[in-house]
Amino acid sequence: MAAITIEGVSKRFGAAMALEQLDLTVADGEFVALLGPSGCGKTTLLRIIAGLETRSSGRVLIGDRDVSDLPPAQRGLAMVFQNYAVFPHLTVFENVAFGLRMQKRDEATIDRQVKRAADLLQIGPYLDRYPAKLSGGQRQRVAVARALAVEPAVLLMDEPLSNLDALLRLEMRAELKSVLKEAGTTTLYVTHDQTEAMGLADRIAVMHKGVIEQIDEPTRIYSKPSSLFVGGFVGSPPMNFLNLVASGGSLACDGFSMPLTHQGPVLLGFRGEDVALVEASRGVGFEVKVIEPMGSHLLLTGVVNGERIRVVAPPQADIARGMTIGLQLDAARVVVMDTQTGKAL
Amino acid sequence: MPTSRWLPYLLIAPASVFLAVFFAVPLVQTIVLSFDGGPAGLWGNYQRMLGDLNFNVSLRNTFMLVLTVVPLQMMLAIGMGLMLQKMQRGREVVLWIWTIPLGVSDLAAGLVWLAILQNTGYLNTFLFHLGVIDGPTAWLNSETPMTLFIAVVVAEIWRSTAVVLVIIVAGLQLIPKEFGEAADIFGASAWQKLTRVTLPMLKPSLQSALILRTVLAFEVFAAVYAIGGRNIPVLVGEAYVWQRENQNYSVAAAYAVLIMVISLAATAVYLRLLRQKPEAQA
Repeated sequence: MAAITIEGVSKRFGAAMALEQLDLTVADGEFVALLGPSGCGKTTLLRIIAGLETRSSGRVLIGDRDVSDLPPAQRGLAMVFQNYAVFPHLTVFENVAFGLRMQKRDEATIDRQVKRAADLLQIGPYLDRYPAKLSGGQRQRVAVARALAVEPAVLLMDEPLSNLDALLRLEMRAELKSVLKEAGTTTLYVTHDQTEAMGLADRIAVMHKGVIEQIDEPTRIYSKPSSLFVGGFVGSPPMNFLNLVASGGSLACDGFSMPLTHQGPVLLGFRGEDVALVEASRGVGFEVKVIEPMGSHLLLTGVVNGERIRVVAPPQADIARGMTIGLQLDAARVVVMDTQTGKAL
Repeated sequence: MPTSRWLPYLLIAPASVFLAVFFAVPLVQTIVLSFDGGPAGLWGNYQRMLGDLNFNVSLRNTFMLVLTVVPLQMMLAIGMGLMLQKMQRGREVVLWIWTIPLGVSDLAAGLVWLAILQNTGYLNTFLFHLGVIDGPTAWLNSETPMTLFIAVVVAEIWRSTAVVLVIIVAGLQLIPKEFGEAADIFGASAWQKLTRVTLPMLKPSLQSALILRTVLAFEVFAAVYAIGGRNIPVLVGEAYVWQRENQNYSVAAAYAVLIMVISLAATAVYLRLLRQKPEAQA
């Protein structure tokens, strides 16, 4: 077990900056998810940590050791790939044993550690089979077992669930969480799926255009995004933003006001489920355009002052298309962003 | 539509007819001819072939050439293919240059190497200027069987490694790079990566390349003939001599059938040795 420390890592591809002066610390035993849209540099960062990609500048430390210039094998880490990369010509046992064999461990140790990893991932019955005879979910388990069998200080996972179908992904997600908690391995997990990141991670690092926009606990990433990008990327539906102007030490609109020292135009962000639906006269006027019954709730899409807003209503709420209802905002559950910079104030 | 049922057969008909007329019919004719020994009986032509002064030596030469050339070519092509994989830029250009010999006929290739290696050839001129030799030196006559053999091996490797290379490069490109990366992460050395990951995953391509090259290597003739004439007899060369010079088509047919049987046997051996367990396929 060891912490991962990334200090000022940059990566240039020709003239394009893929990563810019990035700092990140993953504590010993912690599970951090790198979340971001495709092309944000999250996989590049993971591959630099793994040693599969060269960095343009900066340092990578695992534990207290500077591994920046070491080959992948000497960094004391294991990795799970998006397409599993389970060797088709080896049995499940030999796949899981691969890392241990490369380390020239004795047969007894190999047997013991393979069996333990296989038990953890529940692939014991398939040890004699070849990967072609396994389902996608089972191959994924083999890939994770292969990584855990070497008892790595650090585990890197590159979108490991994205090739699975939705139901299996849900199942594997819960299972991965319990397995990794049990193993206590420091994990860095790359994903573009926010529910995966929210569900699995101790902390989420949201990446955008080669920089980390925000790193925090999942609930804080969700409720207190530090930038317009994070608020808009995390959460489904994404955070709503209203264009307002602050003046005289407060920010106010219909039926809502909060103290704010900032002067001038700002964005008021709030989550669709954080509003109370009231009579039109008592809150911000919201004209309902579309009603989507989602089972557990109604998703309402409408406009406030010409801006598109999405809010969540109870499933039995008596709301019809074209109605105008009032939204009552809770000052404790809103964020205010600078219109110019898109950063939280 | 009534035509749709027959359309597939109609479409493969030209190829089938072509193969039947120019391949299957001559094949059957050759086999029949080889067993038409006249008064000597069914095996008469084969007995004449076995009794031929050059038979043993041509059989030995052919096998020695195959056993030398094919393994060297496989190793070379694998090495070249792996080098190409590592190249960041200019890969297509290098591959293009390396495959130029594919477009050169084997007789022309033999003549090129003859021009280099004959008494007054480029090699001797070069060695003479270096002061290594005093004058024209013969490498390719019956008194120098070793250098003659080496010359044929070199010419054959130059001429036909590209076929193997193309198959192996195609096979290497089919292996997702994550497998090599996984091997790196889990501590495989370059050699372990080659022997435990790359080569096993390359098996189908290796099998195709080996079968193709071995079958063609048993038919080696034009390059040998250009460089050594009959100083280094090979099976196809003997078939040619029986056909052209001795005007005995039946014994030539016996040689042809023998070569075919050897090729088929080699193919069977490869298919068995390099068989991929069906469950171990990707």
